[in-house]
Amino acid sequence: MMRGMGILGNGTALPLDEIPVVAPDRFFTQVPDALAGGLRLASFFGASADGGQTALYAVFASKAEGTLGVVSTRVNDSFPSLSRRFPQLSLFEREIAEQFGVVPAGHPWFKPLRFHRAWTPGRDAWERPENADIPAGVMDYYRVEGEEVHEVAVGPVHAGIIEPGHFRFQCHGEHVFHLEISLGYQHRGIERQTIGGPHPKTPYMMETAAGDTTVGHMQAYCMVIEALSGCPAPARAEALRGIALEFERLANHVGDLGAIAGDIGYLPTASFCGRIRGDILNLTAVLCGSRFGRGLVRPGGTGFDCEPAMVEELLQRIAGIRNDLSNAVSLLWNTPSVMARLENTGTLAAESARELGMVGPAARACGLNRDVRRDHPFGIYRMAQIPVATAHHGDVCARTMVRWTECEKSFDFVEELLRQLPGGIVWKTPGPLAENRLSVALTEGWRGEICHVAMTDGVGRFSRYKITDPSFHNWPGLALALRGQQISDFPLCNKSFNLSYCGFDL
Amino acid sequence: MIRAILARLKQGHRTMDYPRVPIALPPRFRGYPRLDSSLCPEKCRACTDACPYGAITRDPRLRLDMGKCLFCPECTRACPHGAIAFGNDARLSANRRDELVIDGEEERRMAAAMGRELLSLFGRSIKFREVSAGGCNACEADTNVLSTVGWDLGRFGIQFVAGPRHADGLWITGPVSQNMKEAVLKTWEAIPAPKIVVACGACAIAGGPFAGSTEACGGIEGILPVDLYIPGCPPHPLTILDGLLRLLGKIRKP
Repeated sequence: MMRGMGILGNGTALPLDEIPVVAPDRFFTQVPDALAGGLRLASFFGASADGGQTALYAVFASKAEGTLGVVSTRVNDSFPSLSRRFPQLSLFEREIAEQFGVVPAGHPWFKPLRFHRAWTPGRDAWERPENADIPAGVMDYYRVEGEEVHEVAVGPVHAGIIEPGHFRFQCHGEHVFHLEISLGYQHRGIERQTIGGPHPKTPYMMETAAGDTTVGHMQAYCMVIEALSGCPAPARAEALRGIALEFERLANHVGDLGAIAGDIGYLPTASFCGRIRGDILNLTAVLCGSRFGRGLVRPGGTGFDCEPAMVEELLQRIAGIRNDLSNAVSLLWNTPSVMARLENTGTLAAESARELGMVGPAARACGLNRDVRRDHPFGIYRMAQIPVATAHHGDVCARTMVRWTECEKSFDFVEELLRQLPGGIVWKTPGPLAENRLSVALTEGWRGEICHVAMTDGVGRFSRYKITDPSFHNWPGLALALRGQQISDFPLCNKSFNLSYCGFDL
Repeated sequence: MIRAILARLKQGHRTMDYPRVPIALPPRFRGYPRLDSSLCPEKCRACTDACPYGAITRDPRLRLDMGKCLFCPECTRACPHGAIAFGNDARLSANRRDELVIDGEEERRMAAAMGRELLSLFGRSIKFREVSAGGCNACEADTNVLSTVGWDLGRFGIQFVAGPRHADGLWITGPVSQNMKEAVLKTWEAIPAPKIVVACGACAIAGGPFAGSTEACGGIEGILPVDLYIPGCPPHPLTILDGLLRLLGKIRKP
């Protein structure tokens, strides 16, 4: 299946000249063949190439073999869009167009993603003048026409304390025909500022690419740095990173379990979980002083160690949290009015999730059995396994169940790791990065697969750094799940996915 | 129903007694910096070189700008002389931008209560409209957490509301991305006067990790007048609440 690609493992690097650069004709048959053959697209991105051309790189993940494959081509002003046949390519193609001014010819829904200027002066995919204003959210939206059809526009500023994004609903009464999501408000230019790096500021931008996934993104960043410098992190650091990653998953899942309960007006679980989430964030603060894991994961290891007394304290606190959480969440399953609201709301078919290339708990709730921790194990997950939780109905209930099951597995995993932490140091200085290499790192953040791809130039600096947050794969899934729903169920559906705006906008 | 009542008994009353009883923070929490220029050798620039955001300067006295500081541990690790360290004190807020620059020798300045007239309007009830403008969801999350039962922000008369028309103040998180600037200004205009602005977190104060990005404005400073600066990346909920209670005159002593 990966014939004709450069093959590498998760968290390893490959010399650039071992990545086949094929003619566009070949590339645009190889990509559909790979997808039709069951490979999944982890990332698809552009990079500046010689002679004003744009290099395209497609990164595939093979669950069966546990390997990654990369293939590349060079294009001039346009390339044939594959989005009609493979919807999972749609946002990637729009992203390439926006960044490099090349047009995916025949794209069915060709619009900006993040509303910024192209990185290629003088070349713009929409032929906008160089000094033209690019106001966010201003574009043609999909419209349903009809006498009683109306449009509801929400955002960018939302009612709660959450990030901005624009949602455009086409409705008939309460019934939603279609939802279109337009983001880009959070764009801070992370990828572009990483070129020429790693800069001293780079790790801080990785920590805040999606600030609720600090550990997940830093783990991926560290994996590419460690692969490119040939300096793996010490075993003890890998274990601590794994613990922090599961704390991050727990805190966010628990927060969302509470928020789901809150959105249906079931206040006991909402208020209990709101507090318990804080207790879990405080566990991360015990490790590193920051509730979000800032400063904990660093290239070469971790910034902090975990002394025996701290292990004891963590274990003790985890036991209490677990007890409180089981009690709080069990109320959901035992309350018929809660279950009636969760079941059959925001249902997404497994086939749709597969076509969109969805990842993480949202995909697993549709029955897609994919989890980077098992399929492409990294760090401590190469030594210690964590069971994958799936469900089958693809509705809010399934997403809630998967979140809860994952919490239980994470508790087990963390408790076991804490009891048998490997000895030794937690950090060593990574060396300089190798020249002309490409490295791919996949991690399983709490929202799903995080993909970082780094390419180095002839002096070991980043010539391109591509971040794919799980939300990039999953936002279209939320839009599809809303079809045929009541518009009043949007907050509940949205919360059951809880996708990242800034992780998408970068 | 009986299950919910039993669960309520089991979970118990969990609202903290703060501010009556102080909150214990984890030993590794990085709060108010401790600077001691007398320990610095003449030519040493280890800490200033370690900070990619220029939060620390030497002239020759050490100065740290808590508005630019991300409260990471790198400067303390770089300093072999123990001249710079982070204490465990979460009280960091200030009313003026220049008050965030500290040198370890001047008297400590903390946020003061708003003017008498504003206090008579907002002292017992203040509502904020929060706008995340490029925020990474960490400042947002730790602002949100104040409304949970543990902190119970409502008991101080403070509330975050869904619309600007109901608000008395604008609460900004994030470095103000170019794509959110208009929305921030429109929200500000929609809030009835008199009104205040709170800059929550390093991004909103000075751009945070995104200081210097062409896609962001480097914070709200210079765009709107700020009444309360809350440092941190993100600020601890205690830092946020402490700042708010000082602004409302509910905490007046250090």
